[in-house]
Amino acid sequence: MTQQRVLSTGDREQQVLDRIERARRRRPKLREERITMSHGAGGKATHTLIEAIFLDAFRNPLLEPLEDAARLQVGGATVALTTDSFVVSPLFFPGGNIGDLAVNGTVNDLAVAGATPLYLSAGFILEEGFPVADLTRIAASMRDAAATAGVAVVTGDTKVVEKGKADGCYINTAGVGAVAAGVDLGVANARPGDKVLVSGPIGDHGVTIMLARGELDIEADVESDTAPLAELVAGLLGAVPGVRALRDATRGGVATILNEIAQAADVGVFISESAIPVRDQVRGAAELLGIDPLYVACEGRLVAVVDAGQAAQALAVLRAHPLGAQAAIIGEVTAEPVGLVTIKTAFGGTRIVDLLVGDPLPRIC
Amino acid sequence: MRFVDEFRDAEKAHALAARIAGLCEPGRQYKLMEVCGGHTHTIYKHGLEDYLPESVTLVHGPGCPVCVIPMGRVDDAIHLASEPDVIMTSFGDMMRVPGSNGAFFDANARGTNIKMVYSPLDSLKIAKANPDKRVVFMAIGFETTAPSTAMTVLRARAQGIKNFSVFCNHVTIIPAIKAILDSPDLRLDGFIGPGHVSTVIGCRPYEFIASGYGKPVVVAGFEPLDILQSIYMLMLQLHEDRSEVENQYARVVPWNGNPVALKAIGETMELRPYFEWRGLGFISHSALKMREAYADFDAELLFAVPGVRVADPKACQCGEVLKGVLKPWECKVFGTACTPETPIGTCMVSPEGACAAYYNYGRLTRQRVPEAISIELSRP
Repeated sequence: MTQQRVLSTGDREQQVLDRIERARRRRPKLREERITMSHGAGGKATHTLIEAIFLDAFRNPLLEPLEDAARLQVGGATVALTTDSFVVSPLFFPGGNIGDLAVNGTVNDLAVAGATPLYLSAGFILEEGFPVADLTRIAASMRDAAATAGVAVVTGDTKVVEKGKADGCYINTAGVGAVAAGVDLGVANARPGDKVLVSGPIGDHGVTIMLARGELDIEADVESDTAPLAELVAGLLGAVPGVRALRDATRGGVATILNEIAQAADVGVFISESAIPVRDQVRGAAELLGIDPLYVACEGRLVAVVDAGQAAQALAVLRAHPLGAQAAIIGEVTAEPVGLVTIKTAFGGTRIVDLLVGDPLPRIC
Repeated sequence: MRFVDEFRDAEKAHALAARIAGLCEPGRQYKLMEVCGGHTHTIYKHGLEDYLPESVTLVHGPGCPVCVIPMGRVDDAIHLASEPDVIMTSFGDMMRVPGSNGAFFDANARGTNIKMVYSPLDSLKIAKANPDKRVVFMAIGFETTAPSTAMTVLRARAQGIKNFSVFCNHVTIIPAIKAILDSPDLRLDGFIGPGHVSTVIGCRPYEFIASGYGKPVVVAGFEPLDILQSIYMLMLQLHEDRSEVENQYARVVPWNGNPVALKAIGETMELRPYFEWRGLGFISHSALKMREAYADFDAELLFAVPGVRVADPKACQCGEVLKGVLKPWECKVFGTACTPETPIGTCMVSPEGACAAYYNYGRLTRQRVPEAISIELSRP
């Protein structure tokens, strides 16, 4: 069957596909005159915005890899620096709130860069009229999350804007961490043959938030996976020298990370749908909403690219930690097709997994 | 997960694929159209074409609700949404459909308030919560979604909600299928009938296809095994020289449809004399508008709708794709000028659109698939 298909596909279709690949590799151009919600969704529109505006304006070798954290040489030591802003709605949701999210998000961006997170800053933009009791709860969550992650919030900033100019409370955190000598993680390091792992079930956070907004009249027993990954990562890096890259699968989900790997390392990534851990509640909700868990945000899950010979060991180390108990090997890095992620569906077919343009839009029927 | 996984069983798929292959007559080509965009999405999302012999080609039909909305109606909707104090509600699919001056997302960036809803009923909640605003629901879709619009209007009247209206763009599937059957440039062997539409209209309306045009129809469900089984049923009919309407989706589709839903549509809406379809042009009696008795819920009467007509962009071949004359990748602008980021045609917008489905999922020739998969797939 497959053989027939290879012959029948036709040169014409191949030519079109080659043309598309060339078009995809062109420097992205920002066409919109105004920012739309798609620019914030972590997909193609976000990438285009970053490359066309920010990378263009700030271009330097430290920024250019567009990793989760920049690696800097400071007085002979290697330091990782990162920043992240949090605008989640609702502010409080099952499994956490904007406070622990703001700490864990930045801690995780440092951890997946191979750094030991040390110090955080916290900036607050508060809307006139915001309840002090809520702010107190948020600050307490931040304190607890920082304690769990072993970091200290050492500087900060507060601004208040008029009612209607913000949605209650926005938080920005920045963080620095120390990178041990010899650690060099990056998605560009992925090589054909490497295995791809996830540290646990995917999509919990995104589905929790969608349901917590209360617009869907769907209830499910699911909560955000927000958690600090520093300890899990430290254990993994200590035991498995063959870890090539780590990413936390936040906005855009695991699919976006895999595409970033394929594009940065000029490789293919091939995954198996039935190997990807997804909770039944998350799958069920995603089915109902017509969205794919692969694109749904996690806040306490990482994707790891590991040398094939050490993948089993990496899996064992991840599973030995409570945050990695359901870790799985979901696929591998391939030489071809360059720049593309492909998936073997549970049904037995194959298809590609592309970046989304913006937020996954629910289908109408 | 129960109720889903049993319809995605690879073992059963292999068995069905073998039976389909067994029905192929040497030298004969089979062109089957899946009418519904939901089927197109399933076919690509699960990689279903991997199971089909080379001689069986799936042609993607016009049943993608947002794909058939002409640009002029998008412009009209944005015009409506720009009126003072209007909140427009819309299904998510619609948000990125390009009009001549951008899509709803772009309009929002310029200041309109177009909100995404999952059900038209959510529009009533918004109307109640914002009594000083006028809420307009952008109603689109085939007979699948028309009943929920109708129920929303009936409820709005029952609850005395005055600040709600409908911009009605509902279309009906049968005239579109007839237009395709009458189109001279297409030869089809059979139809995979739209499952969701049929839950409302039943299977009878397709009988003219089987008796009048001699083409078999199998109404199908939306899981990959449903579609594979309906392809098998079509191939069996062709093999046995039959042309009948069969119902593969009997677990959901009653033969006579849903009388309550049909009554709600009939109570609130009536056929328009004609309506413009993206790519297909004007088709008579192919769309619905609010009945006069519900004029107070008809946004087209409450507001001055300009009734914009915008010619499709010259390069766009959505019409040929919707009729199944062209495969998505055969369109001149596919994947280069027209991509999901910068769609020229509607087929590139909705995940149900043939072009978007092909671009997002199917843009993969078999020889590029890693060796390991090819071996596994060649098993049957």
